[in-house]
Amino acid sequence: MTKEELQNETDDMLIDGYGPEALGQKQKSHVPSEFNPDHLKVFYGKLFPYADFFRWLSYGNDGKHPGCDPSYISRREFSFSLDNDIFLRFQSFHSAAELENSIKEKCPFKIDIGPVYSVEPTKRHAYAHSGDNVFAPVERELIFDIDMTDYDDVRYCCTGADICLNCWPLMTIAIKVIDTALRDDFGFKHILWVYSGRRGVHCWVCDGKARRLTNEQRAAVADYFRVYKGNENSHKKVSLTGHALHPFLVRAYTEVLREFFEKGLLISQTLLSTEERYEMILELIPDAAIASELRGRWQDNGRSSSAKEDINVVRWEQLKHLVSKNKGPGLRRCVEEIVFSFTYPRLDMEVSKHMNHLLKAPFCVHPKTGRICVPIDPNHCEQFDPTAVPTLSQLLEELNERGPNDDLDDEWTGTSLEGAVSYFRTSFLQPLLKACKEGIESSYNAKLQQSKNSFSW
Amino acid sequence: MEIVRSHVHRDTSTNDAVIALPLYRSAPPLEVRLEDFELYAMDRLRVLKGISDGLSRGKKPEEMDQLVYNLWKTHMRSQQASEVENKDIISHFVLRLVYCRTEDLRKWFLSMETSLFRYRFRRENAEAQRAIMAEFDLPYKVVSLVEFESVKDKLEQVARSIGQSLRDNDTIFYKVPFEEVPELVAGRKVFISQGYAYVGMNQVVSLVATLFRSQLSKTLILTNRKWTSTIREQEKHRLTPIVEALCLSYLGPDYSQPREYAQISLKDIDQVAKSSFPLCMRHLFEKLREDHHLKHGGRMQLGLFLKGVGLNLDDALAFWRQEFSHKVGLERFEKEYAYSIRHNYGKEGKRTDYSPYSCQKVISSTPGVGDHHGCPYRHFSEENLRAALNRMGVNGRAIEDVMDKVRNRHYQLACTLTFEAIHGKQCDAGINHPNQYFSDSQKILKPKAQDPPNAS
Repeated sequence: MTKEELQNETDDMLIDGYGPEALGQKQKSHVPSEFNPDHLKVFYGKLFPYADFFRWLSYGNDGKHPGCDPSYISRREFSFSLDNDIFLRFQSFHSAAELENSIKEKCPFKIDIGPVYSVEPTKRHAYAHSGDNVFAPVERELIFDIDMTDYDDVRYCCTGADICLNCWPLMTIAIKVIDTALRDDFGFKHILWVYSGRRGVHCWVCDGKARRLTNEQRAAVADYFRVYKGNENSHKKVSLTGHALHPFLVRAYTEVLREFFEKGLLISQTLLSTEERYEMILELIPDAAIASELRGRWQDNGRSSSAKEDINVVRWEQLKHLVSKNKGPGLRRCVEEIVFSFTYPRLDMEVSKHMNHLLKAPFCVHPKTGRICVPIDPNHCEQFDPTAVPTLSQLLEELNERGPNDDLDDEWTGTSLEGAVSYFRTSFLQPLLKACKEGIESSYNAKLQQSKNSFSW
Repeated sequence: MEIVRSHVHRDTSTNDAVIALPLYRSAPPLEVRLEDFELYAMDRLRVLKGISDGLSRGKKPEEMDQLVYNLWKTHMRSQQASEVENKDIISHFVLRLVYCRTEDLRKWFLSMETSLFRYRFRRENAEAQRAIMAEFDLPYKVVSLVEFESVKDKLEQVARSIGQSLRDNDTIFYKVPFEEVPELVAGRKVFISQGYAYVGMNQVVSLVATLFRSQLSKTLILTNRKWTSTIREQEKHRLTPIVEALCLSYLGPDYSQPREYAQISLKDIDQVAKSSFPLCMRHLFEKLREDHHLKHGGRMQLGLFLKGVGLNLDDALAFWRQEFSHKVGLERFEKEYAYSIRHNYGKEGKRTDYSPYSCQKVISSTPGVGDHHGCPYRHFSEENLRAALNRMGVNGRAIEDVMDKVRNRHYQLACTLTFEAIHGKQCDAGINHPNQYFSDSQKILKPKAQDPPNAS
């Protein structure tokens, strides 16, 4: 069975007829298409990358260097969502084997990763809530969660849980904007982007500096990224006042957003083709006269120039032209505001602001779609196709076909998961662990130096 | 007190350079004469009150800068550089004792000292500023000229995006890890690159001031504890009376000597109450007329005000007797109330001639159930205040302006605006004392009267 055909079994969940793959393909089922708990058992038995996962979260503390903290990993919270809506929080493990056995035994539908606490989560009741000896988070990756449902007011191809290749690019540009800022502006280096399995992406910033940020500092970073404000009651949700834009916004606009809007979204979502749709944009123009002039032109469906040119592009040019002619109050940034409204990343602020927020682990299986939460390479995120992400049933088929693997390690070799794990290992984990090792060594040496100094007279 | 090799003040007595702007971290091991203890503190208090005044008038930063400079020059300068510094430090520590004792006092002191610090910091040169920043453990590095040139356009963009611009004297920028300035990052008020925020001078001042403030806030609490547990008792006969008197000192004319032109007679009093009393006194007066009674706080506030306005003792007794006897009868009045009226006029007991309350004192009082004293701008509900102002003849736009000041807790400004609305004239000095309101009002309504000699 071809990959394409196998894909279609899950296509009816994701694509409501717009994706090219859905057209004219029959459904075949050798393996049940829905997420299947028995398959999950096999997945956890053979495919979940325990060793890499554990090494990641140990951040070098699983080594032999005297500066390593053996208690580190055991202070990390995991939580398991089991069948029947049972939710187990504050799970913690002392070793990779313990983690592996627990997952295999419990077979969680979802694994979440929480913060590293001051003491082992399983022992938390012995500690107070305030004062000196507390149970409190001490480290946690800086995380971001971008969800397509937050864009429902600007995409017409899908709604709710659905995604397709017409609206997915909104995620792509979100990754580009945020990733660039995290690296260039904030100086972070060890950033993992992960497909959430259905309709969004997660971002894990794993630098030591990032893990040690306070809630206030996390909120500051999240607010730095915040542009979209307001709710159903306010018309204009993006307000770009001031004589100039902050360089971060300028870069986002000129390098990513403008082109994506004008050459991508405008056309794929036909944003100006019908009255219902162009009204949404006209609403964002603070000058009623301009808005009504455009409305007048478009209502007549006037297609003055060649019918070849996309009507959305034509109308957008008209809008830009009219707005730039009139330099009224509030019009200065009108075009940018429209572009930002539609394309600028919409983050879930609450996820990022608190250290104790749980987030789904990479390499989980999404229970609704069966897709694996695989990493996304930010440098090639335009090529990421969420509809081609390996699913649980697909992987099992591949395992069946491949036959038994003599090499006990890396069972995913020869399956569609291989690429994902390989990327995780080489592009993310190795550089991260190298940096961690250096960090542990240097802070150990610094402490040694300090204690030497205090002994000297 | 640390001595740091810093800058300008040419101390002729020693070769050590001194920090011109002390951080008041520890009490100095200096000897102070008792007179200086009080005098130094009063001079500093004049500076702080001047700042308070300027702020509540809504002066712009450039004006405040000039004001602070002038205030400091007028009250805190001295011939010898070392004496200036001693006075600075001593006066601060004395006022700490004075203003640590209640929440309101602490809040006021904290605000004024922080403002003072902020404006003085701005005037320091770069080296001194860096020394101070180092004292606060701020890991700020100056951006080199080369680096500055390379990011200049980005810095300009950021400045313009927050409604400012880079000027020549703002070319000093500091580089600091972004984690240190979360507020600036959150508001996109700084350019950040590779984890470092480029903070301009204005922003640095804010940060340093915030640190100064939080440091002082903590110390004030500690000082209060020490005061209540040991110092107050220990110094019962020496410092404590001075300390306790200091914060009540209102440093303008005290209206304890009534002026001739302001004398009022009993038959005019209702008329004059309507036209020239500030709201706080008008309210007390009306309640007195209505209930034929006032509780202690109200009697003090109104009684002393009337004294300041020119009501002599006999008339005062007649006035209060007339009202109270409706409720408590003549005999009880003589027994229970007459004594304290005479006491207020300094005719009984230790014969202190009490001064009418200043706005500050009125505002800081806390009326309870059945009380009518205090500042109505502070204590009245919005509804009641609007009604009261209406009755005084304030309406339309003026009421909104007043309510706006009230919302921002600028009670004296609210009263000033009321005055201006009723009299149709500007009151540039602002209202600081109910008797000032009265005398200014009378000046406008009875312009033929001569200006009185200065009573301060």
